[in-house]
Amino acid sequence: MLRKLFKFHGGVKPATHKDAATASPIVTPPLPARLKVPLHQSIGGTPRPLVKAGDKVLKGQRIGGADGNVSSAVHAPTSGTVLAVEPVVTAHASGLSTLSVIIEPDGEERWIERQPIDLRATPADEIRDYLRDQGVVGLGGAVFPSHLKLKASREKPTRTLVINGAECEPFITCDDMLMRERAAGIVSGIRVMRQILGAEEVIVGIEDNKPAAVDAMTLAVQTAGLDQVSVVAIPTRYPAGGAKQLIRVLTGIEVPHGARSTDYGVQCFNVGTAYAIHEALELDQPLISRIVTVAGNVGQPRNYEVLFGTPMNELVALAGELPGTDAYIMGGPMMGFRMPAFDVPVVKATNCVLVSSPSLFPPPPPEMNCIRCGECAKACPADLQPFELYWFSRAKNFGKAQEYHLFDCIECGCCSYVCPSHIRLVDYYRFAKSEIWARERDKDAADAARERFDFRNLRQEREKQEKAARLAAKAAETRAKLAGESGDDDKTTSSAKPSQAEEAKKALIAAALEKARQQKERAPVPPRNTDNLSADKQAEIDAIEARRAAARQEAE
Amino acid sequence: MNTSPYLRKTTAVNSVMLRVLIALLPAICAYAWQFGAAILVQLAISTATALFAEAAMLAARGKPARLYLTDLSAVVTAWLIALSFSPITPWWLMVTATLVAIVIAKHLYGGLGQNPFNPAMVAFCTMIVAFPALMSQWPGAGQLDFHTQLELILGGARQLDAITAATPLDALRTGLREGGADVTVPGLMAGPAFGALGGAGWEWIALGYLIGGLFLLQQRIITWHMPAAFLLALAATALLMWGMRPDRFGSPIFHLASGGTMLAAFFIVTDPVSGATTPKGKLIFAAAIGALTYVIRSFGAYPDGIAFAVLLLNICVPLIDMQTQPPVFGHKRD
Repeated sequence: MLRKLFKFHGGVKPATHKDAATASPIVTPPLPARLKVPLHQSIGGTPRPLVKAGDKVLKGQRIGGADGNVSSAVHAPTSGTVLAVEPVVTAHASGLSTLSVIIEPDGEERWIERQPIDLRATPADEIRDYLRDQGVVGLGGAVFPSHLKLKASREKPTRTLVINGAECEPFITCDDMLMRERAAGIVSGIRVMRQILGAEEVIVGIEDNKPAAVDAMTLAVQTAGLDQVSVVAIPTRYPAGGAKQLIRVLTGIEVPHGARSTDYGVQCFNVGTAYAIHEALELDQPLISRIVTVAGNVGQPRNYEVLFGTPMNELVALAGELPGTDAYIMGGPMMGFRMPAFDVPVVKATNCVLVSSPSLFPPPPPEMNCIRCGECAKACPADLQPFELYWFSRAKNFGKAQEYHLFDCIECGCCSYVCPSHIRLVDYYRFAKSEIWARERDKDAADAARERFDFRNLRQEREKQEKAARLAAKAAETRAKLAGESGDDDKTTSSAKPSQAEEAKKALIAAALEKARQQKERAPVPPRNTDNLSADKQAEIDAIEARRAAARQEAE
Repeated sequence: MNTSPYLRKTTAVNSVMLRVLIALLPAICAYAWQFGAAILVQLAISTATALFAEAAMLAARGKPARLYLTDLSAVVTAWLIALSFSPITPWWLMVTATLVAIVIAKHLYGGLGQNPFNPAMVAFCTMIVAFPALMSQWPGAGQLDFHTQLELILGGARQLDAITAATPLDALRTGLREGGADVTVPGLMAGPAFGALGGAGWEWIALGYLIGGLFLLQQRIITWHMPAAFLLALAATALLMWGMRPDRFGSPIFHLASGGTMLAAFFIVTDPVSGATTPKGKLIFAAAIGALTYVIRSFGAYPDGIAFAVLLLNICVPLIDMQTQPPVFGHKRD
């Protein structure tokens, strides 16, 4: 079928480096000695750990329960024993640790009991919950929980389902190999998604440098007899695999920054996600592994079906790591980021472990001045003027940067790629974005601080009034006492009047005090940092409190 | 730390500049052929001065000298100055002009990429204001032998009428002004200063610039917007005036083939640093220069109007760019 394709502005055509890894089929690596499964592997809340050290787990057993709806469950990739639940440095550029379940495999690969659900008899809501508990997230790299995307917009029905098999980043071939080898499973997943979303048509977009994948998918669609599904080869041009660019190419629709594609009647999933949905629903296999490309500075680039939690260095060793490696990059050379360590675990977002060496990816040449040649603007797929954003970011003129649509930047790296002055443009945008976020956070913090300050002033004022009232009461009392002692003096008549006034004042003060006490009681007790302390610490604190109380009494 | 993207295209600033220099070669060859080797001497003087000034300024500013000297931008500026000045310009004037371009117009504004004005045009305007007589002495094609040219460049006595002929643009304008009512354009253009299309000899140089410009277009170093808008605007303005009074104004073809038109279209107006950058902005910028060039050429006092037109529009660039920002992805009305 001939379909009218649309163009997105810009883009670049770097060498693809894909052939080496597609020469041999996907293989399953041997079980590693330890699996370190991070609980937080998707966008949204960190799943609660459901196991503790010493527990026996089965393959596919849930070890992390979804934390609310915007979250996704995590499962044991194999059967074995939980050694610990502890923070582990994870596959994130920050180098921070996240709570992870360490599993020692027993080598038996014993599955939990599996029972595929009856898709026809199950309402869509339950299917979505089920997918959440099966841990299915977007495998294109963004790891957004899939169950949240399988819901049409309230205003607009989903007309078109776009399946992303573009895989535009150089070196990465995991989707290509998945489509070549498991097209039937992908198509099966597509059928389920189409059903849930009620989409009229499905378009599978694949870059035309993957003819084998296009053929395999076309055949699978024909075999399944799905005539609403069309497989379309699109021109190879990075970043054609960006969801918004792909939607543009296939449907002509441009989804602006901040809007959801569903508002335009389009939803987009990666082919790997379609396969994962097929496995989760039709085989009752939760997401415990994925296809990972190992490429770059290795002897035999290849695709592996890798269990989550497998340390990257063990995986890379299988592909024959070459000397000179300086880092692992997760993802491709255009948008991937350096791993903080070599032994970080493979996670749901790991589509590729790109082994970097100084000869493969040399450090960039020194930055020169921008000559406003406009190459970056020609390459920008978001139609931005990157050099203007560069000036504004550099000058910390963040307001102007936002005015020039800084946040429409998808950080695809095309501008840095083409810049003849070797300016690392994307770094400037990352800097500007994080500065803007930090300022917004600071502003929120400042607002909170101002509120606190206002309240403090209010409280101090109130306390001053209370103290004045107390002192006045005391003075009145003393005066009354003195008056009583002097007996029926001729002063009696003269002091009677003031004492009446005192009486009224006292009543007022008592009322004020009572009000203050009630207010104090109503005020919520702030959380304390003094809970759960050891006995001697508690004793120390008690002593301090006692001293404080004494001092306070003295002061009064 | 090394961050994504880890891949880079291999193009660098110096390769861009080198291709601009290559693109100037056809015109330089035509120039030397038609007017003698003096232009080569001028190119050498300006290049040496530019490199010296660049190195000195980089040292003074504490910038890595080698990195920026090899970017070749100073050489491009130097060549553009030499090509827009008379080939018999005295050496000290050429040196001063180049120093003005590199030191004042480029480095005092912050160096490569920071100058709001086209350095070569700043040099041209400064010099024509400071030394109007010297800047207006142009030889005719094949008029002077190389020995005489060299003497003039090195400061020999100038017997003006003997050595210079008015440029075609000058000849036309002054001829019309001074000749009174019975002098007409066709009559003037029968004179020895004029060739088939524009000035005698100048047509060949214009052809050289055109060839170089097409090379730059093919290399995607410049886009079509600026040359097209500039040439069209100049031709359209000329057509308007010529259509009304063919006996008082030069034809569009004459304007396209004369003076610095072709040099400006592909090498001056297209300077990315000092020009507009958005597609629409480029069109407005270059078209305005074209129209203004015609006005200054035909009614002003200087031999050509390009330099002033370019500087005037350089001033407008921030405004033009600001007003012509293209819509970003997802915000287009289609």
